[in-house]
Amino acid sequence: MIECNNLTKTYINGDDTTVVLKGISFKIETGEFVAIMGPSGSGKSTLMHILGALDTPTTGSYFLDGKDVSKLSDYELAEIRKEKIGFVFQAFNLLPRATVLRNVALPLVYAEVPKEKREVIAKEALVRAGMDESRFNHLSNQLSGGQMQRVAIARALVNNPSLILADEPTGNLDTKTGEIVLATFQSLSEQGSTIVLITHEPEVAKYAQRIIHIRDGLILKDERIR
Amino acid sequence: MKINDLFQETFAAVTANKVRSGLTMLGIVIGIGSVIAMVSIGQGAQNSVQSSIQSIGSNLILVTPGVQKGPGANISAGRGSATNLTQLDADAIKSTVTGIKAIAPEQSRRYQVTAKGTNTNTQVTGTTPDYLEVRNVQVDQGAFFATSQLQSLAKVAVIGPTTRDDLFGVDANPVGQTIRINNLEFKVIGMTVAKGGSGFSNADDAIYIPLQTAQRFLAGSDSVSTISVEAQDANSMADIQQQITDLLLQRHKISDPAAADFSVLNQADIVATASSVTGIFTMLLASIAGISLLVGGIGIMNMMLTTVTERTREIGLRKAIGAQKKDISLQFLAEAVVLTFLGGVLGVLLGWLISLAVSHFASIATKVSLGSVLLAFGVSAGIGIVFGYYPASRAAGLNPIEALRYE
Ligand SMILES: Nc1ncnc2c1ncn2[C@@H]1O[C@H](COP(=O)(O)OP(=O)(O)O)[C@@H](O)[C@H]1O
Ligand SMILES: [Mg+2]
Repeated sequence: MIECNNLTKTYINGDDTTVVLKGISFKIETGEFVAIMGPSGSGKSTLMHILGALDTPTTGSYFLDGKDVSKLSDYELAEIRKEKIGFVFQAFNLLPRATVLRNVALPLVYAEVPKEKREVIAKEALVRAGMDESRFNHLSNQLSGGQMQRVAIARALVNNPSLILADEPTGNLDTKTGEIVLATFQSLSEQGSTIVLITHEPEVAKYAQRIIHIRDGLILKDERIR
Repeated sequence: MKINDLFQETFAAVTANKVRSGLTMLGIVIGIGSVIAMVSIGQGAQNSVQSSIQSIGSNLILVTPGVQKGPGANISAGRGSATNLTQLDADAIKSTVTGIKAIAPEQSRRYQVTAKGTNTNTQVTGTTPDYLEVRNVQVDQGAFFATSQLQSLAKVAVIGPTTRDDLFGVDANPVGQTIRINNLEFKVIGMTVAKGGSGFSNADDAIYIPLQTAQRFLAGSDSVSTISVEAQDANSMADIQQQITDLLLQRHKISDPAAADFSVLNQADIVATASSVTGIFTMLLASIAGISLLVGGIGIMNMMLTTVTERTREIGLRKAIGAQKKDISLQFLAEAVVLTFLGGVLGVLLGWLISLAVSHFASIATKVSLGSVLLAFGVSAGIGIVFGYYPASRAAGLNPIEALRYE
């Protein structure tokens, strides 16, 4: 499903160049559940953005389902994001003045899912993300951090993406809700979705089948734990 | 993205900040409103000028003296002051020009007129009974003078209703009363029907007396100030105009038509000239109003740019979950168009109210035409597209990650 060959990413701001990724190569098979671990600033989010077709690498190639994403046009990248990828952002990125349901249903709007079906699908995704039904019609900026995180996760699940990318999805969740979310990821992977999540916590990483350790833009260790 | 979703997003965005949307829209409201109002006032003025010209008669050709059209002769002494058109010219036209229905020479001048204890200054027109036919004048009370009274130099007068009001009071019967024109006593034998005093020449404020009487006792010459000719039909107007010109050139012994000491005006020419003047006036008003519309459009662009900046993170998110460039640019373009279009609707309403007020208080019969309303809608939607395009394409071109990082 995923094949990265020698990915690099360099940011240039005026005279200032930052090499964030320095040559990353790995493969992830369909249905795999992979955790990426590493210290803050090591380039995890940058890598995730490339995997999510949000950004393109400076050099190297990234094949998603056999297609070289680093060579695609803006239009094709957007189509991939719409059809294949569910992204849980570290900063949630919810629409502030919109309800929980509208936030979760937003990807369905761009996927042109008929209006009648959207609410049903969105509610289902919210339940899978462990969201309390009484909050479905709250505005997203009236939620706690943990609740926002669940909405962000539900939004990533709503399109039934084949690749789910989650940037520290349990960072703001209490242990119990964290477990619900991780169990959801696990069952999704059993059903054939590929899951890549970033985390600091070893307990979270334990849910995965494989852990990729990153430091200073390079892979330190790639271990299969199950 | 489907069209009704687009509208829902647009509605949500426009209503999210009602005050700002309203103020931005106000620019368009004022712009469209003033264009509509100005055009309607201009067209109203044009219509009233046209109808007042048409009310003086139909298929009318006016022959007037003294307007030199030759090169280097830009200064004319003014209509009516030249005396090179005479009774004999009128007779010659009547006997030789073909296709004429009626002809009425006149000699008009303003005089002080008095009645018992009252006085007024008005136009005194010496003419013939054919004047009634040529100039569309009707008699209300009494009678117009007859041809026999021309020869007998009768001192009789037919007065207009406004003159009657001035001299004898409203609703008085003037027939049989006596008035003094230039200190000569005239007997009033009739009053004309009111034509409505719209426009520049008020046909209701007038006194008609026999032509010869005017020439002999008032002017002291047999010159005429205008010869009004009514053609049998509209098609023969140009031909009659040509015949009159040829005849008078020959009679006045002038070989170069450009140096003619008279002018032959067709009613249609007068209407066209007046219309072109009021047309320019309308254009001028509309373009001043157009400037405010432009300013309104820039206001829209300014607000849209602010909105795009404020919503950078939202744009990044939408792109991250699969929105195409086209989806984003349409969303912002729709927002601009909705604002201008709503502004256009309110603007048409405002313009219509202004033109109603002008009709009411300034008594110009303004008219808001369907054409100008449709144009206003077209223009306002167009402004939305033109001024919304740049902000929208800026939003669509944002890189999703950079947009999401934006603080
Ligand atoms: N647009 C950018 N311009 C310059 N530097 C950047 C940019 N984006 C990220 N970085 C830098 O790249 C490094 C890795 O960032 P990130 O991938 O977010 O790390 P992580 O998610 O592992 O904490 C950081 O040092 C960050 O400052
Ligand atoms: Mg990060």
